[in-house]
Amino acid sequence: MQLKGAEILIKVLRQEGVHTIFGYPGGVLLDIYDELHKGDIRHILVRHEQGAVHAADGFARASGQVGVALVTSGPGASNTVTGIANAYMDSIPIVVLTGQVPTHLIGTDAFQEVDIVGITRPCTKHNFLIKRVEEVAKTLHEAFHIARSGRPGPVLVDLPKDVMAALTEYKPQLPQKAAEAPPRPASKKAFYVMDLIAESTKPMILSGGGVILGGASAELRKMAWLTKMPVSSTLMGLGAFPGSDPLWLGMPGMHGTYYANMAISHCDLLIAIGMRFDDRVTGKIDHFAPNAKIVHVDVDPSSINKNVMVDVPIVSDCKSALQSFNALLEQQKFVVGDDQRQEWFDQIAAWRKENPLSYCHSDTEIKPQFVIETLYKLTRGRAIITTEVGQNQMWAAQFYHYDEPNTFLSSGGLGTMGYGFPAALGAKIAFPDKLVIDIAGDGSIQMNIQEMATAIQDNIPVKIVLLNNGYLGMVRQWQQLFYGRRYSQTDITYQPDFLKLAEAYGWLGLRATRPEEVETVLKQGLEAPGPALMDFRVSREECVYPMVRPGGPIHEMALGREMAN
Amino acid sequence: MEKKEYTLALLVSNKPDVLARVAGILGGRGYNIETLCVDATLDPAYSKIILTVIQDKTTMTKIEKQLIKLIDVHKVTDLTKVESVTRELMLVRMKLSDTNKGLLALIIDTFNGRVVTMNGDNCVIEITGDRALIEKAVASLKPLGIDDMARTGIISLERQN
Repeated sequence: MQLKGAEILIKVLRQEGVHTIFGYPGGVLLDIYDELHKGDIRHILVRHEQGAVHAADGFARASGQVGVALVTSGPGASNTVTGIANAYMDSIPIVVLTGQVPTHLIGTDAFQEVDIVGITRPCTKHNFLIKRVEEVAKTLHEAFHIARSGRPGPVLVDLPKDVMAALTEYKPQLPQKAAEAPPRPASKKAFYVMDLIAESTKPMILSGGGVILGGASAELRKMAWLTKMPVSSTLMGLGAFPGSDPLWLGMPGMHGTYYANMAISHCDLLIAIGMRFDDRVTGKIDHFAPNAKIVHVDVDPSSINKNVMVDVPIVSDCKSALQSFNALLEQQKFVVGDDQRQEWFDQIAAWRKENPLSYCHSDTEIKPQFVIETLYKLTRGRAIITTEVGQNQMWAAQFYHYDEPNTFLSSGGLGTMGYGFPAALGAKIAFPDKLVIDIAGDGSIQMNIQEMATAIQDNIPVKIVLLNNGYLGMVRQWQQLFYGRRYSQTDITYQPDFLKLAEAYGWLGLRATRPEEVETVLKQGLEAPGPALMDFRVSREECVYPMVRPGGPIHEMALGREMAN
Repeated sequence: MEKKEYTLALLVSNKPDVLARVAGILGGRGYNIETLCVDATLDPAYSKIILTVIQDKTTMTKIEKQLIKLIDVHKVTDLTKVESVTRELMLVRMKLSDTNKGLLALIIDTFNGRVVTMNGDNCVIEITGDRALIEKAVASLKPLGIDDMARTGIISLERQN
């Protein structure tokens, strides 16, 4: 059967299980858009290509499936770079399809030509330029395979216009299955880990995004419950272990809980699973878990011994490793002696009591933490939360509690302002029946605000909880704490009237300026059938605490009490 | 940590942008490639890249782990870890004069070199050897007036017992 490149593209997408893509048309994409017009793939028309990639990323994080974005050549392609780098840092499986000028014009500085393969080489897991129509099917299948296998990541495929228009014989190919079974821990090492757990009096688990990406949350919970080890999870790992469980310590690191950071600093065994010892987690490396034997499980060998030198390196995907550990625990009928951990649990309880996660309540000003607490109460923790980047992100990580994986979507590695809202659109496409809420700041939300039109046109009723303090809050916080309150270029009081903006886009806009209005506004916004933007005028100079100073050891935290009282 | 010269052999796909990917891993992290040699293997679908980097051991391990992550890099061998034969080829163009001819002939003979071409007042000499030998040859030729030179950089092959 003779088919056009564009037709083959659609067929491959269907075969790979793609039912929705996020895109923006352009001259070199006309053949593809003509096929989309005929076909049954849902296309979400974004208003900026960065939004398309973040939406595909949000779709991938919420569903575990590969997200797909389709953009045109030149500026369309270069607009995707931030979205791609974002997915790369957080290991998110997406495929970005970029249009390209016809092959005979490549390299001539043709209209809307850019070397997107060259530009994205360092921020994709892999990328391709397809030069012959015969290669379309094979390359696209390979792209999906690379995106989702091993440590997942973004893959870009550059599609010249003439290749999409050319005809070739097409035979459906089977999607590539994983070439080999994921790596598992050697049994000797797994037994050694069992010995370490048995000997330890102060053990803990530190899990990361790899557990969520690897679909290993159930296995993680089982291991923690079998061994009664307290669990902390990085920002990327939130939700893998229930935020309401007694063994839960909260997030570690720069804005982690006091007790998580103290536990890391005092434990004698740290089992790190699917995390990569990011500087925001470790603080000063020399003081990180100084008394602990460290076991590190990661599917990517290059993550092991990169930042922290570990005692037991295990190259394995998280699910296989946890399954091996759990099988041995059950086989050995592992039980924790009654008094073996008592001292450790008492110590953690004491830390928890000493410095719980808290903030100073107010009757006159809306505290941003109070908004999130109320949101948690009203949604009973069942919403999918996305965040922007900065204070809003940290409060969302601290004061909303995540009981399920894939329900907290946040730009961890790259720290991309403007991520949360388009990501929420992607998540809502994946789970139309779930409540999807972007917790935003007034700085970040303006970075991809144009997607409010997308939500209306494609009927994607997400909610925006805007913590509006008129500042670029996190940078202002650093200026307050480390730069003598010189608020250089962080005051953004000059901003649109968000209610009128909501109205202009056809959204429901609501505002709260006093604490007693918070619950009513949230209820109204969440219950509205369509998209809603809730503008909370929060206390302007609230800081995120606890805080480890940049480059400092994580057991030294500013707790903010001096500020609160 | 002490830095030394490491020679890596990379088996890669013989494709247009593979070299850029490999160079990007090193350059993007601020590591210099000292020498570089590339050609197709017996199977033209693959190329062998041989490159040298001056680094400490820990950094080298990280570089190797990053390189093998590239989809088009199929194997990375640290040739400094295994017993291997190392060669470099150098072409040198020398200005000839009545005063340097005799010494030049002696140097060519000493380093097992040969004259590739001779053209009036200049000649091109070829010398092959390991890096130390080439360095010595350069040092000997320099006082006689090197006009220009080109070096291939190191190639290396594991010995098999």
